[in-house]
Amino acid sequence: MTRARRAATTLLPSVDPLQLIDPDGRAVECPDLELPSVETLLELHRRIVIGRRFDTQATALTKQGRLAVYPSARGQEAGEVGAVLALRAQDWLFPTYRDSVAIVTRDVPPEEVLSLLRGEWHCGYDPHRYRVAPQCTPLATNTLHAVGLGHAARVKGEDTVALVMLGDGATSEGDTHEALNFAAVWKTPTVFFVQNNGYAISVPLAKQTAAPSLAHKGIGYGIPSLLIDGNDPAAVHAAVSQAVARAAAGDGPTLIEALTYRIEAHTNADDANRYRDRAEVQEWLARDPLARLETYLRSVGALTDERAAEVTAQAEAFATQVRDRLNADVTPSPADLFAHVYAEPTAALREQQAALEAELEQR
Amino acid sequence: MTSTLNRPDADAVARPEPVTMAAALNRALADALDQDERVVVFGEDVGTLGGVFRITDGLAARFGEARVFDTPLAESAITGTAIGMAMNGLRPVVEMQFDAFAYPAFEQITSHLAKLRNRTRGAVGLPIVIRVPFGGGIGGVEHHCDSSEAYYTHTPGLRVVAPGTPADAYRLLRQAIECPDPVVFLEPKRRYWSDESAELTVDGPAIDRAAIRRPGRDVTLIAYGGMVATALDTAEAAQEEGWDVEVVDLRSLSPFDDETVAASVRRTGRAVVVHEASGFGGYGAEVVARLTERCFHHLEAPILRVTGFDIPYPPPMLEQHHLPSVDRILDTIDRLQWDDHA
Repeated sequence: MTRARRAATTLLPSVDPLQLIDPDGRAVECPDLELPSVETLLELHRRIVIGRRFDTQATALTKQGRLAVYPSARGQEAGEVGAVLALRAQDWLFPTYRDSVAIVTRDVPPEEVLSLLRGEWHCGYDPHRYRVAPQCTPLATNTLHAVGLGHAARVKGEDTVALVMLGDGATSEGDTHEALNFAAVWKTPTVFFVQNNGYAISVPLAKQTAAPSLAHKGIGYGIPSLLIDGNDPAAVHAAVSQAVARAAAGDGPTLIEALTYRIEAHTNADDANRYRDRAEVQEWLARDPLARLETYLRSVGALTDERAAEVTAQAEAFATQVRDRLNADVTPSPADLFAHVYAEPTAALREQQAALEAELEQR
Repeated sequence: MTSTLNRPDADAVARPEPVTMAAALNRALADALDQDERVVVFGEDVGTLGGVFRITDGLAARFGEARVFDTPLAESAITGTAIGMAMNGLRPVVEMQFDAFAYPAFEQITSHLAKLRNRTRGAVGLPIVIRVPFGGGIGGVEHHCDSSEAYYTHTPGLRVVAPGTPADAYRLLRQAIECPDPVVFLEPKRRYWSDESAELTVDGPAIDRAAIRRPGRDVTLIAYGGMVATALDTAEAAQEEGWDVEVVDLRSLSPFDDETVAASVRRTGRAVVVHEASGFGGYGAEVVARLTERCFHHLEAPILRVTGFDIPYPPPMLEQHHLPSVDRILDTIDRLQWDDHA
């Protein structure tokens, strides 16, 4: 085998998904990943409890009409929380519309996270302040933004890693292909975090790709790829930490495919029973990320009843905060429609704004 | 960050010398790269080759590959990564090789480039310039001669500009690079090798202003990009017909300089809009609509348009039938109801 071809095979993912804690909460030997410290695992646990409570609260608020739509990440908390906690303060997160739990984990205030889904404004937070890009609706288009941002960091001599989240469906988009290629050619500090939850709304993975795994796509670009158990918070955190360290060291991008499952439907407006079995959902509930982490932490004596109660109390307090802030009425200002089209509104825009204001005064 | 616009250019040509539009654009890029370390220039073939039209000639050698570089062949990625770079403080100036080849970037341009400032309520601006060689008149085969301005001018949040002269090519490109808004910069490729004696300076009309290239009393001829020279040729020929033609070079297609253009049309009472792009749903329709609204009672005749036919751009051998010519514009001016007012 030539040296190039031998090197190429090291880019391939493992045959089996990498795992550190199995669905029953037992530690598993995994030479390729390092088990996070107990402190880190406890923090993962805390944030997953809070993140799941947030997700449930957001779902409830949608039923109450307080949110226009909510794409739930229930069941995907290992990825949502594990990936974000592996980032450093100076790193950037590029989320999709489903990643509210991830953005909340990045400490963006919940009412700002939900501004888009509430219908108030397209992005409720300042991306620069939190280093979180606006939630991306046209899937995969943000992969290119992540690559560019990371490239700029290298040009400026700054240590910044960009993690971009995408689903199995998004990996079919042309922009994903172009982003992987540019990231590899330019050796950008990018982590492509693919949460493969088996469905793009209703379209199953088998109709999305013929590749042996989504992680296998990396080798085509010269990008090392990892296939991991996306319901194992320890494996997610370890894999992403490894990829972040690689990127920060100037060694370029990594592609991570995290196998997980979307317990809820695509959004509140979707009926998942039309395309999948309840039996399948039950199977995945048995692989719950939170249950296994709790079992493991209790087994090593790190999670006590006291600690668990404290964490639950934090989660409830957070849910209350979310309810209070979302139940408060907001009245977005029509003036905002014209204020930020350009850096300075044009004369024509000011005329249009005046016309609208005159209209509103008459009503 | 202080603007460099008001500083006299240290290297400005002291006495006007003949300069081509291509050279003026090259100079603008060089001066921008020199004065602002955040500026980066990239695209297909812009590095080593200096661009298929040589607009970026010599820049990679002078400024290095970290500032001026070649990309893989992917327009969506060129634009999308530029967005990411601008989010992180750089000022990208990217090149699309020909305007029809910019279409893969259309989603990045319309869904993100145009919207990100608005989406983030001003928190994230994108000072990006997308340079696009546009228009025909060079005998180019299919897809090399399109005029796509209507798609971009219809997109709120984008600035769309087109220089009509070498001096303005320098000025507008410097202004576009300095501008905090994203700019689609349409370069009339048929005029790349036209020259004029001009001082290259940023002093002059602001990025959002039209310019009166030739004052006149009888009719306002409105043009941009490659048609400015055609309009000036028409004005010259029109003297023999007894018409004193005022030529307005729009410069900024979006935003539109209502003030300057409407003032001209109110003075002359007659107007013709000229563009290469096909007429139906074209940019000229917007110009006619807003001028009619503003100048109706000053008009002696309807405002007419001379445009490409509503056909896909022709093959080289038939191109001359499609493009607005001096004769066709003169014939159109003739239809502005002069005899009704004898």
